[in-house]
Amino acid sequence: MAFIDPRDRGGPAQPMLIARKLKKHFPVKGARGKFVQAVDGVSFTVRKGETLGIVGESGCGKSTLARLLLHLIVPDDGELVFDGDAVGSKIAVNALRRQVQMVFQDSHSSLNPRMPVRDSVAFGPFVQGRKKAEARDIARAILGKVGLDADLFGPRYPHELSGGQKQRINIARALATDPRMVILDEPVSALDKSVEAQVLNLLRTLKRQLNLTYVFISHDLNVVRYISDRVLVMYLGRIIELGPGGAIFERPQHPYTTALLASRPSMDPARRIEEPPIVGDPPNPIDPPSGCRFRTRCPFAEAVCEKVAPPLGEWLGVNSHIAACHILDPASGHSKATQA
Amino acid sequence: MDGSADLPLVEVSDLSVKFVSREATVHAVNQVSFAARHGEVLCILGESGSGKSVTLRTLMRLLPPHARVNGGVRVNGKDVLAMGERELRDLRGGLVSMIFQEPMTALDPVYTIGQQIGETVRRHTGIDRQTARDRALELLGLVRIPSAERRLDAYPHELSGGLRQRAMIAMALSCNPQLLLADEPTTALDATVQVQVLTLLRRLQRELGMGMIFVTHDLGVAAEIADTIAVMYAGRIVEVGPVAQLLQDPLHPYTAGLLASTVHGQDRDRDIDAIPGSPPDMRRLPQGCSFAPRCPRRSAPCVTTIPEPRFPAPKRMAACFNSAGLVSDGPDVVRPSASDCENRSG
Repeated sequence: MAFIDPRDRGGPAQPMLIARKLKKHFPVKGARGKFVQAVDGVSFTVRKGETLGIVGESGCGKSTLARLLLHLIVPDDGELVFDGDAVGSKIAVNALRRQVQMVFQDSHSSLNPRMPVRDSVAFGPFVQGRKKAEARDIARAILGKVGLDADLFGPRYPHELSGGQKQRINIARALATDPRMVILDEPVSALDKSVEAQVLNLLRTLKRQLNLTYVFISHDLNVVRYISDRVLVMYLGRIIELGPGGAIFERPQHPYTTALLASRPSMDPARRIEEPPIVGDPPNPIDPPSGCRFRTRCPFAEAVCEKVAPPLGEWLGVNSHIAACHILDPASGHSKATQA
Repeated sequence: MDGSADLPLVEVSDLSVKFVSREATVHAVNQVSFAARHGEVLCILGESGSGKSVTLRTLMRLLPPHARVNGGVRVNGKDVLAMGERELRDLRGGLVSMIFQEPMTALDPVYTIGQQIGETVRRHTGIDRQTARDRALELLGLVRIPSAERRLDAYPHELSGGLRQRAMIAMALSCNPQLLLADEPTTALDATVQVQVLTLLRRLQRELGMGMIFVTHDLGVAAEIADTIAVMYAGRIVEVGPVAQLLQDPLHPYTAGLLASTVHGQDRDRDIDAIPGSPPDMRRLPQGCSFAPRCPRRSAPCVTTIPEPRFPAPKRMAACFNSAGLVSDGPDVVRPSASDCENRSG
């Protein structure tokens, strides 16, 4: 299946997106000099054709990160490279948004309530220069692709649709501009389970049909496991573990990932969780702990964890499984560090 | 606890709740019957709009004035629907109390945690301020809030989500209720905090011997906490059973569909077995079984007649003409593999 996209400049080995040291600190209102460290020096790549899952608890910065990737929020620092071109210098932000689209969690508030949904879907192609009739034809076709009858649902307004149908419209709208990559920010979290499954199946089918690359953000570990090829785990604005989905879920390296996985309900009343794997809530991202940000909840925290922020480990290629923990680094001085 | 051990703690019979407005009538709850024993955890499992929260709120009469309630609700033998305002105030927070999904909106932002818990205790027992404060402190310890003395004087916004939820649980437990109603209390919490609150609730429920009715949309949460699960769909209870049996061997096609469509370790190379379609409009429910339009086992009677509850095994109920393991009125259906089916074959 040698499908070559004429827009594919870098070839299959060139990552779709490279993020280098992305940073976004929001000033705190009424508190001078205080910042919410939403995203703090995050680097990763998204390969062509893969689904990269991003997991983490609320406040870990995953949604801010999603918006940084599209410059919906302008990063304070760091660099984005899309298919080999640096965003901002070699490729303009507008051109980036032609090729990268986004689907948000709240399917209702992300649609214009005064516009029939077919017009919402046609809007993207129209502002990108298509004629009105052409844009409408694109909308018709794409509505069919997401499983909605264009004659029946197209003329309706958002309030006349169910949550699942609205999310299908949002997906259609994202796909109407024929993007190469889609950022999905908690796209199924607000849906009921029976509808969630439908939308996940739809996303997988569309990815195959349209040769898409996904960044899939969710707090639901089971969903991320199912949909992602590689997984990135965030905690308080930093990546703490990154690797192939199977490796992360079967052999987690970071104590936080281990705890997060062990917090999942077992679905089996005979194997209920008796003791919570970790106690407490995630700390406030305004004044995150020094050194390793997980140390305040970590059962293995030692003096070194307070002083030094552990590096994410060595990137040895696309199948690297890396984690930011002193225990994994023999030279860190942590007493439990694995001796090489 | 009173001595009437054979009297159920909660008895709901033929309960219907509808919301009438000029535009439409929403049939939120339709002829729902269930019972819960002392010390039992009953989970009401359902998707949004299934009527699970309305059912729960009816047990405490926390419905808006335009709700039309029919049927019977008895808690500890007392007819809740016949109570006057005064009796209701004694009931709420005393015999029955409730915890909510959003502690930030359920707690009063302008009073400290200690004041709010103290007020509840004083309203129901009439003790003095200092004793009430001592009791509040004791309760914060019970729900394992660290440095409880300091947190007593904290306002809700000064606490993290997990601590706020613990504070709300402390307030609900302040007058030793016999029945705790929980409306999705862990849904807004992060995974690592959710499991802490679930294990806490389970421990408190066991130690205090309370009955608990726990509403959730999450099968995984239900599996962690329930003794019995009642599954609701479109305002009706479609299946009831002990948690292990119901999850392993669902009788109703909706329960089976929900289990199959919940993502947990499915094969990544295959699609998830989703339930097609979406739940019905509660203003215009179908004539027969509400699940029939989405049901893989649908047969002719499903479209015209609402199925009566059937009891194919002890403690199990399913409202379905073609449910697994029942004598079928419709076409033959494939039964899921069952290990404990000796009670259900006849």
